[in-house]
Amino acid sequence: MPSIPSLTFHAPSSSRLPSFLFPLSPPPPPIPFLRPRFISLKAMALEDGKDHRLARISSSIRIIPDFPKPGIMFQDITTLLLDHKAFRDTIDIFVERYREKNISVVAGIEARGFIFGPPIALAIGAKFVPMRKPKKLPGEVISEEYALEYGTDKMEMHVGAVQSGDRALVIDDLIATGGTLCAAVRLLERAGADVVECACVIELPELKGREKLGHRSVFVLVKG
Amino acid sequence: MLEEENGVDPRLQAISAAIRVVPHFPKPGIMFNDITTLLLRPKVFKDVVEIFVDRYRDMGISAVAGIEARGFIFGPSIALAIGAKFIPLRKPKKLPGEVISEAYVLEYGTDCLEMHVGAVHPGERVLVIDDLVATGGTLCAAIRLLGPMQIEWKACLYTCRVPFLELPNQVNLCQYSALRSLQANVATESSTHC
Repeated sequence: MPSIPSLTFHAPSSSRLPSFLFPLSPPPPPIPFLRPRFISLKAMALEDGKDHRLARISSSIRIIPDFPKPGIMFQDITTLLLDHKAFRDTIDIFVERYREKNISVVAGIEARGFIFGPPIALAIGAKFVPMRKPKKLPGEVISEEYALEYGTDKMEMHVGAVQSGDRALVIDDLIATGGTLCAAVRLLERAGADVVECACVIELPELKGREKLGHRSVFVLVKG
Repeated sequence: MLEEENGVDPRLQAISAAIRVVPHFPKPGIMFNDITTLLLRPKVFKDVVEIFVDRYRDMGISAVAGIEARGFIFGPSIALAIGAKFIPLRKPKKLPGEVISEAYVLEYGTDCLEMHVGAVHPGERVLVIDDLVATGGTLCAAIRLLGPMQIEWKACLYTCRVPFLELPNQVNLCQYSALRSLQANVATESSTHC
């Protein structure tokens, strides 16, 4: 392992380290071999014509066949996260939609909801509430069971994270059957919040997640 | 530590106060540092991100790697602000594409951290983010995944109890910063690690 100089940090305002220690190079070019397997997703046209951003967002999502099991075409957003502009645009579109809606809570569903939720929450001045698998949250929790294809799972939220009168947004990377989103919505409503909308990057319409969410509003950027 | 080097940064006090200590989680004797209460305070959460962004924005960092799952909460906002990509480092079998894996030791048994092949390549400058460093086990796995040439910095919200010199050698070779050192701030604590 090469020796790395031992450095002392100074205050953030003077965090420029001597340039000879770090020969800076420009950011590397995009990684071509990650792209060939993309299948074009239909970008949802928004009424105010944001298609140019949606096209890039859509094309940055990678499809992985037969994951986690044969027959499933997995929508992989990790490649979107490697495209800084596409990731930036994704967050911007959500922020533009929600910043004037007086949202006080953004609830993100573990784990990919943790990637998109906090930047939105920070930009609109809302608190971020992680919705987690069982036994991950350390404090007192409320739980909601939901159905899987085989069996059930549980989602948990900390007691006291949300109050009556909070206006909530639920965020996940993708809506499929709507099971996890439903569980999140129920937890928030049990705590007294008004769930304004569920927002996802991707929707798989054939799995009818919107039906499962009933009257509740769902907003997505791209459809698979 | 940042708080020592800066003198008194008023933001750090609020950040420290916003973290809740939950006794006996996940098992008796452990004082768990819960950052979810910090996330309920938008101004404090914003300050955390801004402190890291101020520190790293001019360092030519091209990628921020966040350790599942609480590293996912802090890493992306930093990545977006400094113009870097975000790379999730995940538990086994979560990433759908081809991965590289690194095992690390737990108190009982081992676990594994994975990263997508092609997410990062030689020459990139990478920041690794997590909410907490304790024994440094997951941090070391992340460093090994990313490769000895690539890790420049590692940032955590805070360190817990483990004196810097006791961290494994691989960590000593990397500079790290912490917003809060629990050794200084926690008055009552069990004798076992946090």
